[in-house]
Amino acid sequence: MKINKNSTPSMNKEKIRLGNIGRFSFIMLLLSGLLILALIINVNIGSVSIAVQDVFRMLWEGIRYGIANAFTNGGYAQELEAVIKNSTKSQILFSIRIPRMLLAAILGGALSVSGYLLQVFFRNPIAGPFVLGISSGAKMVVGITLIFLIHYIGSVGSLALILAAFLGSLLITSIVLLFSQKVRNVSMLLVIGIMVGYICSAVTDFCITFADDHDVVNLKNWSMGTFSGASWDNVSTAVLMCIPGIVAALLLSKPISAYALGEGYAQSMGMRIKPFRVLLILLSSLLSACVTALAGPISFVGIAVPHITRTLLKSSKPAFVIPSTFLCGAVFCVFCDLIARTVFAPTELAIGTVTSVFGAPVVIYMMAKRRWTQED
Amino acid sequence: MEYYFKTENLAVGYNGKILIYDINVQLEKGKILTLIGPNGAGKSTILKSITRQLETIRGTVYINAQEISSWSPKDMAKEVAVVLTDRIRPELMTCAEVVAMGRYPYTNLFGKLTPKDMDVVREALERVHALDLAGQYFTTLSDGQRQRIMLARAICQEPEIIVLDEPTAYLDIRHKIELLNILREMAQKKNITVIMSLHEIDLAIKISDYLLCVKGNTIEAFGPPDVILGNHTIEHLYELRNGSYNLLFGSIELTKPEGAPKVFVVAGGGYGIACYRALQKQEIPFATGILFENDVDCQVALELSDHAVVTPAFEAMTDVQFQKASDLLLRCEAVIDAGTPVGTLNQLNRKLLRLAEEKNIPIYRSKDRQEVWAWNT
Repeated sequence: MKINKNSTPSMNKEKIRLGNIGRFSFIMLLLSGLLILALIINVNIGSVSIAVQDVFRMLWEGIRYGIANAFTNGGYAQELEAVIKNSTKSQILFSIRIPRMLLAAILGGALSVSGYLLQVFFRNPIAGPFVLGISSGAKMVVGITLIFLIHYIGSVGSLALILAAFLGSLLITSIVLLFSQKVRNVSMLLVIGIMVGYICSAVTDFCITFADDHDVVNLKNWSMGTFSGASWDNVSTAVLMCIPGIVAALLLSKPISAYALGEGYAQSMGMRIKPFRVLLILLSSLLSACVTALAGPISFVGIAVPHITRTLLKSSKPAFVIPSTFLCGAVFCVFCDLIARTVFAPTELAIGTVTSVFGAPVVIYMMAKRRWTQED
Repeated sequence: MEYYFKTENLAVGYNGKILIYDINVQLEKGKILTLIGPNGAGKSTILKSITRQLETIRGTVYINAQEISSWSPKDMAKEVAVVLTDRIRPELMTCAEVVAMGRYPYTNLFGKLTPKDMDVVREALERVHALDLAGQYFTTLSDGQRQRIMLARAICQEPEIIVLDEPTAYLDIRHKIELLNILREMAQKKNITVIMSLHEIDLAIKISDYLLCVKGNTIEAFGPPDVILGNHTIEHLYELRNGSYNLLFGSIELTKPEGAPKVFVVAGGGYGIACYRALQKQEIPFATGILFENDVDCQVALELSDHAVVTPAFEAMTDVQFQKASDLLLRCEAVIDAGTPVGTLNQLNRKLLRLAEEKNIPIYRSKDRQEVWAWNT
């Protein structure tokens, strides 16, 4: 009798669930596993193959001496150096492969989150830094910097590149935003973005045509889009720029989910729309600029990855989607980089080539599916 | 007396251009105010202005004797919730998540929902009878379900006022009634003030404590429905020229057929309405009689015909009316007997039918209405 009394109302009381935490945890674990797998394979495979146990041994030693070094104020510096310089293998490992794949992971994640933020902004899953021409804009300004401004400022560090790419991103974003006031139709907006992207590419090509050959070398390598030549400096810059960006995006999860109900409702719930929109665009531009500056323009990651993530999660709860998107982007880019590096070795493909092959079909699929389900 | 909601010389519009001015509304707590008026009259503009989606141009809006323009967005959100006409499509969001967004002004930086918040969400879903929809994706719902969820979201915000912009648009009759019932219940039980716009005048009259008639750039009338609605208020408000609105029935009649009557309908007691409407569809002008002035047939007859012979209620028909009716009947090409039973007071209607028989005017019974149509073609 007593049990009955208690169980009936509690059965009624349960049931309302907001977001499936179990599924989210599962996906996060799965993606983390995949990332670790990708990292191991990536370190392992290459023109010089390094056995897995060697990788672990060297890594362990590196970490051990690294930590000891940090705690003893440089007492173990020589041992650390010895581990790294010990063999060609360890040099390849520590100064080429590890920074490269870390960079691929961080930038891939950042690019995906950047795309996600744009999709939130336009309330359309087909928005992304590449299709809206934002990456091309970044490329244009970076190109101009590398060709012309380099004569005035001497050398161009990665921070200067990021700044240039950031300015380029913001420039194109504001143009697209200006149009978005007039053009309510998002498909039209995408077409405008693509056109603006072409204009930027044309300007970049124009600059390249009339630039000195030795100025162009830098640019050509960069504009192909690649993670090769990644250094620990690049990695730390990427971490310093992207991780705060991602954390900031996470802090915006509450307004992001309210914004999904449309501006009218969001405002009626006490949200300040204008600062939110500005913040969203700045964050997204910063993240994609960081990627463009450090690795060149990379296509389709920004659209495809958030879509894949949402499909996996079956939810659009930002607190779930942002971390998963970051991880998923990292996995995606590390695998794409692996393919770019190894399939036609020793020739390396541009990373954009690989991401397009895998990303574009996802986008086409999304477009086709939207046609089916969307009447308005 | 202090009113809960009040506007003072409010002027609203877009981009500094005044659309409607001199809006003065006073409302006690827990009352329902409905804005009616033609499309584009500015109902939405008024609603957007009092919810601060749009800046007011002049005048003041008071809630609880405080100027709402001085409130923070959060305070405003705790007092006023909205149901808009915006068609939203939040992808992969369940109804429970949409409803829970209503807790926005109450939750912390991360939007963490406390057990108390969850109780409010559940209660809101229960109130709109949508608990079973909680786990479904919002985009998979029908219009009626969506509107209920959006109302639940507004309720979940625990406001004192709910503002709804055409909440019954897209809804079928059952869902309209359901939605309005929920609103009535909210006003009655929770003392929540409801301000909304409706297109269905009949429903507006039935649910509202106050009506606000919006037309052109000013307010045509404000007050309880039975006070402000006169004989032709609605026709005037909506500028109805080709048709009429019957306040008593809350029904609409289409354009009156013009010209000399071709058919005479002997009717009364509600038997004639179907005939009248059938004739109107064929655009056949008709005469009808003899009707008591309190007869339901009379309500429709007067709107669809210029030649209705009417007699005072509760009195026997007199020869004056018979004379008038027979004059009309003799000029008609056919007579329809709507099938009204003849009692002591309407004997003369039988006499009319006999007259038609004598003069060899074809008589159709209302049950062979098909024949009337055939006769016309």
